[in-house]
Amino acid sequence: MVGGPDVPESKVRPHVDLFEYQAKELFAKHGVPVTAGTVALTSGEARAAAEEFGGMVVVKAQVKTGGRGKAGGVKLADSPDDAEAKAADILGLDIKGHVVRRLLITPAADIETEYYVSFLLDRANRTYLAMASVEGGIDIEEVARTKPEALAKVPVDALTGVDEAKAKAIVAEARFPADVADQVADVLQHLWRVIVDEDATLVEVNPLVKTPDGQILALDGKVTLDENAAFRHADHAEYAVEDETDPLEAAAKAKDLNYVKLDGSVGIIGNGAGLVMSTLDVVAYAGEEFGGVKPANFLDIGGGASAEVMANGLEIILSDPQVKAVFVNVFGGITSCDAVANGIVQAFTMLAERGDVVDLPIVCRLDGNNAAEGRRILDEAEHDVVELVDTMDAAARRVAELAAAK
Amino acid sequence: MSVWLNSNSRILVQGITGSEGTKHTRRMVASGASVVAGVTPGKGGQSVDGGSGDIPVFGSVAEAVDATGADVSVVFVPPRFAKAAVVETVDAGIPLCVVITEGIPVGDTAQFFQYAQNAGDTRIIGPNCPGIISPGQSNAGIIPADITGPGPIGLVSKSGTLTYQMMYELRDHGFSTGIGIGGDPVIGTTHIDALAAFEADPDTEAIVMIGEIGGDAEERAAAYIAANVTKPVVGYVAGFTAPEGKTMGHAGAIVSGSSGTAAAKAEALEAAGVQVGKTPSATAELMREILR
Repeated sequence: MVGGPDVPESKVRPHVDLFEYQAKELFAKHGVPVTAGTVALTSGEARAAAEEFGGMVVVKAQVKTGGRGKAGGVKLADSPDDAEAKAADILGLDIKGHVVRRLLITPAADIETEYYVSFLLDRANRTYLAMASVEGGIDIEEVARTKPEALAKVPVDALTGVDEAKAKAIVAEARFPADVADQVADVLQHLWRVIVDEDATLVEVNPLVKTPDGQILALDGKVTLDENAAFRHADHAEYAVEDETDPLEAAAKAKDLNYVKLDGSVGIIGNGAGLVMSTLDVVAYAGEEFGGVKPANFLDIGGGASAEVMANGLEIILSDPQVKAVFVNVFGGITSCDAVANGIVQAFTMLAERGDVVDLPIVCRLDGNNAAEGRRILDEAEHDVVELVDTMDAAARRVAELAAAK
Repeated sequence: MSVWLNSNSRILVQGITGSEGTKHTRRMVASGASVVAGVTPGKGGQSVDGGSGDIPVFGSVAEAVDATGADVSVVFVPPRFAKAAVVETVDAGIPLCVVITEGIPVGDTAQFFQYAQNAGDTRIIGPNCPGIISPGQSNAGIIPADITGPGPIGLVSKSGTLTYQMMYELRDHGFSTGIGIGGDPVIGTTHIDALAAFEADPDTEAIVMIGEIGGDAEERAAAYIAANVTKPVVGYVAGFTAPEGKTMGHAGAIVSGSSGTAAAKAEALEAAGVQVGKTPSATAELMREILR
């Protein structure tokens, strides 16, 4: 899952990462103790929230990425004036490419100890995994690396889940002190309900804190929801708000296209995520010969490759000013190549009707089921910009050459 | 021989009366597979035109197995009913359950996988996979049968279209069995399961393994190959130029031992003695060298 380059995979596997404040809403709904909090979109709203809470508050950037504390996205404020000033500092901050547009204002909690607890889907073992440590906080990854014995990892059976006995076993494994053991075990059982009842694939509390008066509280929270389960969670629709999206990606999403914007100059359209990923690689290799030509996007039009999908895809790609040439790479498996070729021809007609002039070179490679007929259809259509090349490698080379020449 | 699926396989299709189920049933039949039954709850007693004769529809998997001796189930039912469909297959003791359905909540998959593990009699392939084909013998799923014929190569892949591409590249040699294991986070059959089966299969002389970025299945497969596979393996990994993704929380980074990049996967495979091609064609060429 996370921890590497996973954009195409995450597109294939739709999921929704929640903001901290949304995660905490779900925690509260399932009985996990959280601090109070108010979302602020402006520094004025931050001030008002601080006035409401009184005393010290924490102003926290709401972005869907880690390391915001280290990036200056979390600040203490000792008065409403200060909260307003700190909010103004943080709003608009760019944290790893995520621009801060929302803040969470929470009363500052006194912290005696920071713990760490999480549940996540464990792909390798095809079940869930509980992780817990009494050494929580921002350096938990460092703890995992250098002191693995300080981080308990306990498999959780997908059918039997986390009952009281299981929660106590996790707490014992992580060696939580006796005075908080029962409370933490209780938190774990409630947290597990977020996995099961909300179809989450990750819930993480870091830190889970003990206050000087012995209370256990979730001070931060991360939740990833499985979008495949959206059919049984109508209330999750509100979470599908992106924090920062490329305008082309937004346009593609509006047309239900599986598109990721990249930095190169060769527009890519293909069918099937694996084949499209492979196409990006093959174009990048071929591009090395031509001064480092690179793919401009990932676009998977899926198995069907209808004319409309093809037209929508071409439209998005042609509206990317960085694109100098386009590579349509289709393997006719279930869909035969003649259908794909007709799709391409109709796409040109549809684009012409929409007033889009296609003046960039388009290299097409059609292979597989009924490829000869597909190539004949494209030949007969006699589009000046379309060039047919027989193999994937040769087509990649040709499109890189064309992009470099532009 | 071949792996898990052969000319004696008797296939039942769950969700046979749906449009996808009916369409692909006809394709399977046309490619020579023996489709003996369909199951759609509430539609027992009907039949579906399989293209060369009617296929009886039963209301439950148990009834279908009793009546027809089906030993492979191919699941096309919509995501919300998939868990129940697989559980029914497991309860009926069917040894092979191929789940084509895309979009199943992963929590459901984790549960039905655990259920099958507990029962111990059913191998699940998928979900979100193209299925399994033993060319010239049988075909359970949606892999086009006309790409390639029988031959000495075993193929295992996460990706559907790359499976088709590789079968097409190597159609001059042909395949014993091609297995599309699917790209979901939880899958019933892994690269390692397929590698073990190909190693044991006398009809498979060499193996192509296709991976893609994400997770660490390829790294674990590499370790397995180094220790257990004597047949030649060539590999291909897609996603070298895929962009850096967002990471969410610390848990994923902690739990995965690997960075999940294509480069890390290719490196692990090469360290295990697997020849890794830069492109699908280059990978096919490596396989041709081996079979020459």
